Amino acid sequence: MSDFVNEFWNWYVILIVLISIVACAVFLWTQSMARPGTAQTTDTTGHVWDETLEEYNNPLPRWWMWLFYATVVFGLVYVALYPALGRFPGVFGWSTADEHRKEIERVDAQVKPMFEKYLKMDLQAVATDKNAMDMGARLFQTYCIQCHGATAQGSRDKGYPNLTDKDWQWGGEPAQIIESITNGRIGMMPPFGGNPDAVGGEPGARELANYVRSLSGLSHNAELAGKGKERYNAVCFACHGPDGKGMTALGAPNLTDKVWLYGGSEAKIVETIVGGRTNQMPAWKDFLGEAKIHVMAAYVLSLSSGATAK
Amino acid sequence: MSETQSAYNYKVVRQFTVMAVVWGIVGMLVGVIIAAQLVWPDLNIGFLHFGRLRPLHTNAVIFAFGGCALMGTSFYVVQRTCHTRIFCDKLAAFTFWGWQLVIVLAAITLPLGITSGKEYAELEWPIDILIAVVWVSYAIVFFGTIFKRKVSHIYVANWFYGGFILAVALLHIVNSVAIPVSLTKSYSAYAGVQDAMIQWWYGHNAVGFFLTAGFLGMMYYFVPKQAERPVYSYRLSVVHFWALIFTYMWAGPHHLHYTALPDWTQSLGMIFSLILLAPSWGGMINGIMTLSGAWHKLRDDPILKFLITSLSFYGMSTFEGPMMSIKTVNALSHYTDWTIGHVHSGALGWVAMVSIGAIYYLLPRLFGKPEMHSVKLITVHFWVSTIGIVLYIASMWISGVMQGLMWRTVNSDGTLAYSFVESVKVSYPFWGIRLMGGVLFLSGMLIMAYNMAKTMAGGKAEDAPVLLPAGHHA
Repeated sequence: MSDFVNEFWNWYVILIVLISIVACAVFLWTQSMARPGTAQTTDTTGHVWDETLEEYNNPLPRWWMWLFYATVVFGLVYVALYPALGRFPGVFGWSTADEHRKEIERVDAQVKPMFEKYLKMDLQAVATDKNAMDMGARLFQTYCIQCHGATAQGSRDKGYPNLTDKDWQWGGEPAQIIESITNGRIGMMPPFGGNPDAVGGEPGARELANYVRSLSGLSHNAELAGKGKERYNAVCFACHGPDGKGMTALGAPNLTDKVWLYGGSEAKIVETIVGGRTNQMPAWKDFLGEAKIHVMAAYVLSLSSGATAK
Repeated sequence: MSETQSAYNYKVVRQFTVMAVVWGIVGMLVGVIIAAQLVWPDLNIGFLHFGRLRPLHTNAVIFAFGGCALMGTSFYVVQRTCHTRIFCDKLAAFTFWGWQLVIVLAAITLPLGITSGKEYAELEWPIDILIAVVWVSYAIVFFGTIFKRKVSHIYVANWFYGGFILAVALLHIVNSVAIPVSLTKSYSAYAGVQDAMIQWWYGHNAVGFFLTAGFLGMMYYFVPKQAERPVYSYRLSVVHFWALIFTYMWAGPHHLHYTALPDWTQSLGMIFSLILLAPSWGGMINGIMTLSGAWHKLRDDPILKFLITSLSFYGMSTFEGPMMSIKTVNALSHYTDWTIGHVHSGALGWVAMVSIGAIYYLLPRLFGKPEMHSVKLITVHFWVSTIGIVLYIASMWISGVMQGLMWRTVNSDGTLAYSFVESVKVSYPFWGIRLMGGVLFLSGMLIMAYNMAKTMAGGKAEDAPVLLPAGHHA
């Protein structure tokens, strides 16, 4: 309850709220009193505008007046029961933060055991448990599909990995998958466009692109690919390895498997080399907790049929 | 009295009235396009996508269509009920051309993505300054006319127009305070939750004063005029006017339920929204009861049909609004299509219909004709737009409640029963029905434009002579 910098504003709010609500009722009351000497209600007020505009002075409709009073009374009762008057928390002591906390506690108490029983089980075993996989699928549909898609196939050319293939940027072992979800990953391909000496600018990048395509057995210009190979062995091998099979410790993709996070056309590969790429898998440790991540990791493992294969 | 002072200035009224119809069509067409983009996402072509066009739609219908209708009718009403020519013709002309410039600048900058990112206040700072200048000139013309009135009492319609003009000036200036970093970009002077609160203090009062008080002013002139009956209750006018403008100012926080806004502020937004119900309904009662003794006129007067139906929708949406401000209801309705439906029952049902009725009343009088070119087409317009509104609101209610229920359904393991995209999938049929409703409403406006052009053709654009006040005040 530190919404106010000092006591003055607390009392300012309390007074102005109470006065304003009560003022509505007082105003209505004074205006609904019949005044002596006023004209009969069926007569007009006697003013005429624009030839024909006149006004009756009918009394306020009763039901309308009581509706107005009722809302004022409701307002006064509400400010007594719920937070509304400055720092005063209200008779019920209710707050949105409290309501949220209680709901989390209630759901956690109900849900936690359902997930925690799988913590003791090996990930491969969890991945073959029907019930666990149903829960994992629901977790996936809630938290993962925004990037990886409803079918877990990622997004073509947008950098979100396909989780249903056998290609793992950061490794597909149980511990590696759990680590990816728990602490997240940041993948970084440095931009070489600003450093022509490194890859020979855009022409050099095109040579590299042709070499890289040749590694995946895709159509390429053999002459350019040959020049590209030299460039590759001078710079790129450091992360992607001398054979182009990548390095999971760095998240450096395998370039020989025809899986392209950002597209495999010559133009797209040139774009990747020149501009670099940065992508991020967020860390879920604090949000989901160990038990849910365990089930989630097992589900991801099952997606690439890792579980059934073994 | 000089020659020009012996006639009302109808020129500026004509200009605003015709442009209200034109901008209405433009704004509603953009609305139909974005409704179609939701049904067929492939229609999001290049920079003309939903995100850019949606603010264009809201700005065009609220400030271009609604603004022209309000400015045009207020200049007509204030002259006729004050029995005097408008104060300063040149400033009135500046108000018209300045406002058109604002609209054109909005139509250029919003699709280009130049925006301050504040809902209903997206225009960037140079345009904001222009709006402030034009608005002050509008206020000078309006209140100048009030000051030189030839009757002692100020007619109730002018209280509402006046309240609307003053409040909108205050809201616009406070909410638009920003620090420019370039000609086309600025940052709000407020930060965090204060910025959100000021934004929705502005946003809700744009509804309260622009779309409610202003159009109540319109209602208070055109309903009794068209019904040829006295206003039901002067006292009710007094009570609901002061209660309305006092309580509306508090209601903004109900747009920020269950956010970082302090609980006490959220509570106040809800309480005052509920207290607002009776003051809002006061206008509906006063308008509809004005018809008592003349109900038969509803049968064959399509203009009156528009005006009275607008009051029904006004009553409905001002009941729905306080209900949706209750936290428990808001927890279901917020962020769903229900809100869109609520807005449009007010915007199409109340704002557009009362304006359309008023414009049909004005056009023959402004162009020297006994009546509109075709009264039958007004009836057609009425039914087409009424069916359109019903389709729109009903489809949004259903999809809104459905979305709210789907989003909050959880499985026994605490996961969501439906992913977001599943709620999108089942909303498609209703978005289709909404599109149909919008197309119908737009068709009605095109019928109106045809009828207007035919009425204007061969008409005499003459200013009516200033009337002497009735005996009591002479």
